Amino acid sequence: MPYSKNSLKIDAEKIANQLCEVILRQVGGTLKKTGAVIGISGGIDSSVCAALCVKALGPKKVLGVMMPEKESSGDSEKLARELGKKFGFETIKEDITKGLSGLGCYSERNEAIKQVFPEFDDSWKCKIIIPTNILEKKTYNVFSLCIENAAGEMKTKRMPLSAYLQIVAASNFKQRLRMTTLYYHAEKKNWAVIGTGNKDEHEQGFFVKYGDGGADLKPIGHLFKIQVFQLAEYLGVPKDIINRTPTTDTYSSEVTQEEFFFGLDFYRMDMLWHALEENIPAEETARVLDLSVEQVETGYANIKRKILATEYLRLEPLMADK
Amino acid sequence: MPTLDQKTTRSEIKNFIIDSFMFGQQDQTFSDSDSFMEKGIVDSTGILELTSFIEDKYEFAIEDDEMTPENLDSIDNLVKFIAKKMV
Repeated sequence: MPYSKNSLKIDAEKIANQLCEVILRQVGGTLKKTGAVIGISGGIDSSVCAALCVKALGPKKVLGVMMPEKESSGDSEKLARELGKKFGFETIKEDITKGLSGLGCYSERNEAIKQVFPEFDDSWKCKIIIPTNILEKKTYNVFSLCIENAAGEMKTKRMPLSAYLQIVAASNFKQRLRMTTLYYHAEKKNWAVIGTGNKDEHEQGFFVKYGDGGADLKPIGHLFKIQVFQLAEYLGVPKDIINRTPTTDTYSSEVTQEEFFFGLDFYRMDMLWHALEENIPAEETARVLDLSVEQVETGYANIKRKILATEYLRLEPLMADK
Repeated sequence: MPTLDQKTTRSEIKNFIIDSFMFGQQDQTFSDSDSFMEKGIVDSTGILELTSFIEDKYEFAIEDDEMTPENLDSIDNLVKFIAKKMV
């Protein structure tokens, strides 16, 4: 099929049915589990996974766990509850703030932020961003720290290595504690943990190893984000969730996935990546996406670099005899 | 600011790469023009480590828009970049 603006359009009904068969086979057959536990954040990926599991296993075999902490957006809980109501599965809330405090998540992170911005205290919010548009310059995907006070004053700086590593390590407690919480509930019921990452997140390394990357099955891990949107429409995921800007729900200052990691809107990111995988010449991709050839080549190079640089995240523990 | 000697710079960078990313094993061959990223020598965190080393060692700041493979992705590129910055 020639490369076109519709190249990533899917037959959502067919794909949803196929995925339901896979979920049923993997949960019951391969894993020998009797239900599914999903962390629900009010985001589109977890909502699609929950809807698929309900369709595959029935609502009584699905548990949605909301795991907010003191820096989470208030909308997340409201939307997650709406999702549970719509699809008829049980939802529970586990506030992980105390656990995170005990682990030193906030204190260790804030100590590292102060290395970069000594004025940082609890009155400021923070986020990490990639400040560049990946089509415009062949820059590395280097993270910057951004802090913001109540008056809206914002400061951004590239981080020295030690601060960057400490901030990321401390922040990753959030995803890892969520994973631990999910496994507690799953093991208590002899159910499986569903990973909610999509292809963009999985292959470009936008997940925490043994955090949100830790799960028993990942039903949408092979689908581009724009295909997940199509599934959401078909499955009847509430519009408030579909229209919500995807965020990381990791930092106190709101940060979109685009500014945190991908550096590009999902449509162009996915279409570029698909073209790269299909060996579409840059000239052809440029014509279809209304970009310059140079922008396409820059985008291709950036995606390749991200995949290469995050290979470690996707590796299983290495065995000595392999 | 330290004085520039390209031969010394080249050897200092090479030693840093071997010590930091290859556990000092010089038998793993790579040429001065090899891409660190493509050869799998340095990942995105490694780039930060490398820039911190360059900034400390040669006493200049690397701006955000200078964080490009053209400047940082091989020993040849780094030597050129450092020479340009230290003029």
